[in-house]
Amino acid sequence: MLKVVGLSFLDWEPVSLEVEAGEIVCAQGESGSGKSLLLRAIADLIPHTGEVYLHGDACSGILPTKWRREVSFLAAEALWWEDRVGAHFLSEVSPERLEGLGLAGDCMDWPVSRLSMGERQRLGILRLLDRQPRVLLLDEPTSNLDARSSGAVESLLREYMEGSGACSIWVTHDEGQAERIGGRRFYMGGKRLEELAR
Amino acid sequence: MSAIDLSYWDLGFAALLAVGLAALFRGMRLGISGSLLVAAGRMMIQLTLVGYVLRFLFEEGRLWMVALMAAIMLTVASREILARQKRKLSGWRSWRLGASTLFVSSFAISLFGLLVVVRADPWYAPQYAIPILGMIISNTMNAISLGMDRLTDAIYSNRSVVEQRLALGQSAQEAIGGYAKDCIRAGMTPVINSMATAGIVALPGMMTGQILAGASPVEAVEYQIVIWFMIAGGSGFGMAVAIKLLKGQLFDERQRLRLERLR
Repeated sequence: MLKVVGLSFLDWEPVSLEVEAGEIVCAQGESGSGKSLLLRAIADLIPHTGEVYLHGDACSGILPTKWRREVSFLAAEALWWEDRVGAHFLSEVSPERLEGLGLAGDCMDWPVSRLSMGERQRLGILRLLDRQPRVLLLDEPTSNLDARSSGAVESLLREYMEGSGACSIWVTHDEGQAERIGGRRFYMGGKRLEELAR
Repeated sequence: MSAIDLSYWDLGFAALLAVGLAALFRGMRLGISGSLLVAAGRMMIQLTLVGYVLRFLFEEGRLWMVALMAAIMLTVASREILARQKRKLSGWRSWRLGASTLFVSSFAISLFGLLVVVRADPWYAPQYAIPILGMIISNTMNAISLGMDRLTDAIYSNRSVVEQRLALGQSAQEAIGGYAKDCIRAGMTPVINSMATAGIVALPGMMTGQILAGASPVEAVEYQIVIWFMIAGGSGFGMAVAIKLLKGQLFDERQRLRLERLR
């Protein structure tokens, strides 16, 4: 579904990788090893060489706005620019969904300044899913969350991917999370990406 | 009626103000008395020289001399735009961008003023062309440098927000939100405020000068009105184009934020 061919940025060795529909690929590596850069390059947010295909369509042939809506990058720290939380969303988010992540049912009406770090991160994930991306490029999506919230986020993301057939590259530092996600695992270091033997 | 001729003693009395101020600032340890005195000295020397240059120019009145003078003004003004940028584009990009918009906007407006509104004979008569160009260039320069500096600064300090908005599929235009509009507003505000209070709070410098030199106030007012429209036009159009071009430099053809182009 997502095919990365010879993708190279800065002085990195070219990365090639294929992710099937519904698949979650886990990426690990030391901080500063370029995991975020890889996700940014796939989302076409930074200059790169090589090509990325979604369902066979090359990134360079698609409008960047359309590409990034489908191949969406989630930064580790979700930032907010409007005053009200709800103004960042395109569609209504049901209170059940909010409460499922341990958020207040009315937090869409809150000013952004009222949100804690953990709330920002969980709402950032909802904001990403609100755009209905086909590929989720997740950069430590639970770094600010406790074990319970992390679990809720993991099952929400899994549910979304099962329901929509989306796939994901998931960067995590948490060994336990990598185990729970399962699937193929990659390690980044020394300016290259390697698949770990299972 | 003609203006009272000022002697060197008169200039000296006025200069005492700057010297006294420098002494006061020195006592307050503000660290700006040196630059105040240097600026005052520069101002005196520059104006004296330009007085002689203009006298020569007015006597000769040739087109190529006016053009040369205009070119010098433009060069200095575009250097000034560059100097006022906290974050410049790498290479010559910032200079090129500022200079080209300044050139097109201020020259077009000045030519319009000289050929259509004032209609002096000849149209490039230095008595009209030089002061008009000077006023348009300096105001356009202020607007362009302010607008460019604010936009790069706003985008630079909000770069992570801009990137996340791009990541959610927003266009570069959407992702920089209201920053560009804020910049144009900020650049135009001084012009709008000065127009709104012109004549009530302050008499514009040019008009004051004309009146001091003995022109009839009513005539001076007519010139001032024309000048204000030209200043508004020069600053507004110049800045709008500069902001648009600058946006094009900060993002690439794939609508990626390219802040590494700043240095």
